[in-house]
Amino acid sequence: MKSLEELAAIRDKMKSTVLLREGHNDIRIVVGMATCGIAAGARPVLNAFVEEVNSQGVADKATVTQTGCIGICKYEPVVEVYESGKEKVTYVHMTPEKAKRVVAEHIKGGRVVEEYTIGSAK
Amino acid sequence: MYRAHVLICGGTGCTSSGSKGLQTALAAELEAKGLTEEIKIVQTGCFGLCALGPIMIVYPEGTFYSRVKAEDIPEIVEEHLLKGRIVERLVYNDVPDGVAEHVETSLNDTAFYKKQMRIALRNCGVINPENIEEYIAVDGYAALGKALTEMTPEQVIQEMKDSGLRGRGGAGFPTGLKWSFAAANEADQKYVCCNADEGDPGAFMDRSILEGDPHVVLEAMAIAGYAIGATQGYIYVRAEYPIAVHRLQIAIDQAREYGLLGENIFGTDFSFDIGLRLGAGAFVCGEETALMTSIEGKRGEPRCRPPFPALKGLFGKPTILNNVETYANVPRIILNGAGWFNQIGTEKSKGTKVFALGGKIHNTGLVEVPMGTTLREIIEEIGGGIPNGKKFKAAQTGGPSGGCIPAELIDTPIDYDNLLAIGSMMGSGGLIVMDEDTCMVDIAKFFLDFTVDESCGKCTPCRIGTKRLHELLEKICDGRGEMEDIDKLEELCEHIKSSALCGLGQTAPNPVLSTLRYFRDEYIAHVKDKKCPAGACKKLLSYEIDPEKCKGCTACARVCPVGAISGSVKEPHVIDKSKCIKCGACMEKCRFGAITKK
Repeated sequence: MKSLEELAAIRDKMKSTVLLREGHNDIRIVVGMATCGIAAGARPVLNAFVEEVNSQGVADKATVTQTGCIGICKYEPVVEVYESGKEKVTYVHMTPEKAKRVVAEHIKGGRVVEEYTIGSAK
Repeated sequence: MYRAHVLICGGTGCTSSGSKGLQTALAAELEAKGLTEEIKIVQTGCFGLCALGPIMIVYPEGTFYSRVKAEDIPEIVEEHLLKGRIVERLVYNDVPDGVAEHVETSLNDTAFYKKQMRIALRNCGVINPENIEEYIAVDGYAALGKALTEMTPEQVIQEMKDSGLRGRGGAGFPTGLKWSFAAANEADQKYVCCNADEGDPGAFMDRSILEGDPHVVLEAMAIAGYAIGATQGYIYVRAEYPIAVHRLQIAIDQAREYGLLGENIFGTDFSFDIGLRLGAGAFVCGEETALMTSIEGKRGEPRCRPPFPALKGLFGKPTILNNVETYANVPRIILNGAGWFNQIGTEKSKGTKVFALGGKIHNTGLVEVPMGTTLREIIEEIGGGIPNGKKFKAAQTGGPSGGCIPAELIDTPIDYDNLLAIGSMMGSGGLIVMDEDTCMVDIAKFFLDFTVDESCGKCTPCRIGTKRLHELLEKICDGRGEMEDIDKLEELCEHIKSSALCGLGQTAPNPVLSTLRYFRDEYIAHVKDKKCPAGACKKLLSYEIDPEKCKGCTACARVCPVGAISGSVKEPHVIDKSKCIKCGACMEKCRFGAITKK
């Protein structure tokens, strides 16, 4: 170890790995992963959220986690975003591509992607 | 990128309850389900709740599973990791012996953890101790970097002084002051030593830190080396801690590989290296002068002080010796500042203390609380109280050098000075909880038995004195005691205290003195009435069958291992006291409550 910068580089590289264990972040992205969700393609969606949260650098404020059946199976894959002090947002018919946009606009930018939400679903 | 981390405890407690097999089973199951790219298995150090091992925590939820078996793995993978449904039957139940109204699935919400404040144990159970990069990710070695590049050795020592950190090994000597003494002495070579020869019965916090976060000790020792001007460090660890030794060696190798030990650390002209020295398990080698004599390759015996190690220590050179838990606090103090640390705790005892909870208590394990937390909070809230509805009688702190705290002092805020004032001591932090079935004379005898065994024999007061103390206690427990024996005990205790060579001998009488102070009536009951009020001293017990209640079922006669019970079927039975070995088997077997113990 020749400099503090070198140490900081290792720390930053490893930070996201350990962050997952530091407890509850402000934002929780919950993917419905019951049989219905998995059948509808929730697994790639879940993995896309994990990738995007890290690659877009918001791992320190959002945690991706999973849950069972939310009860609206025909809208699966369903993803809900919980943020303290705010109304929860329910996204439906999610795909990995949509996940990318949700992370960029909603998680990072703070603007809910209205067109993917349950209110806009037909 | 992994979406979930499964942490499995690899500490000694959980390893012995099978956590290795669990890890293998989990790896195989993840492989079979094709989840190896998504889920990461991390072997960590101790979480603290050793009685409930093997322990497994699943992040990001922080779900706390206890007593997990290999058979449970397919269910955890299928339900939790695949479908996100927590396996509630395996989640740690907060309410002892009962059913919790709602299951706290995250460990941070359990009563066991909620009141704790983790500084020394902060990384235990969080990072993988065998991976230096995980330690760096949680700001590891940043304190060393800060000290070397931004602070002078004097500033480091001043910071330690201002923090108010006191030695966690037992005596509570101010750490910064110790460092300043060694720094002030000029020499061509100085040493930094770490006392990892944890030997108090029931204490295992140092082991836990070494197993769960070995790098914190290395980093702190390097900081100490910089502060006092030493280039070489030694960790003296007992060979009975194989996992700790193994992980320390890995940590040292990794630190050398990353240039965090060795020449010109962080590009400065500071060089520092650390070697491991294994102890053979002699309790006295935890005493500082004996420890250093042992590192030198000689027989581990204490010597007179002064000269203190800060002047003439290892190989006759200025040396500082600190305990593992003390070191574990150092990097945080350097990073967060003395002002952060000295806000925690009481006026004269700053920071936190780790206690190893043991004995008659629900949550056996390790807890770290701010100094000044009361015994009641530790036992009733964090520890979950006494099992089987028994009453709290006393707590023993400080191991064989400490004393007993009776129930009436349960609200004493625990810090160094308060414990001394009530006749006990902090010691290394063993905390043994005793209920109404514990005989205090017997407890004193137990600890004396330990010191008699472990006395090195160099000085007479300890070698002969503790032996005589033990004989007197045995006499009392056997019902042969006389009233003057109690006075003799007290007198002998004072003599040993004032004349023994080292800390071991000087504190050896403490268990006797403190039980005499708070439970003198029990001693008197043993001597005068020839009775043991707690019903623990076998020679003073007698079992009797109440002929009114006995139905003559013969269950007791059949279970008696020595054939001391006789009687015909459907007639009251009788115990032959000359044959009875007082094992209590008959009493357990009797369904009519006809057998009593007196």
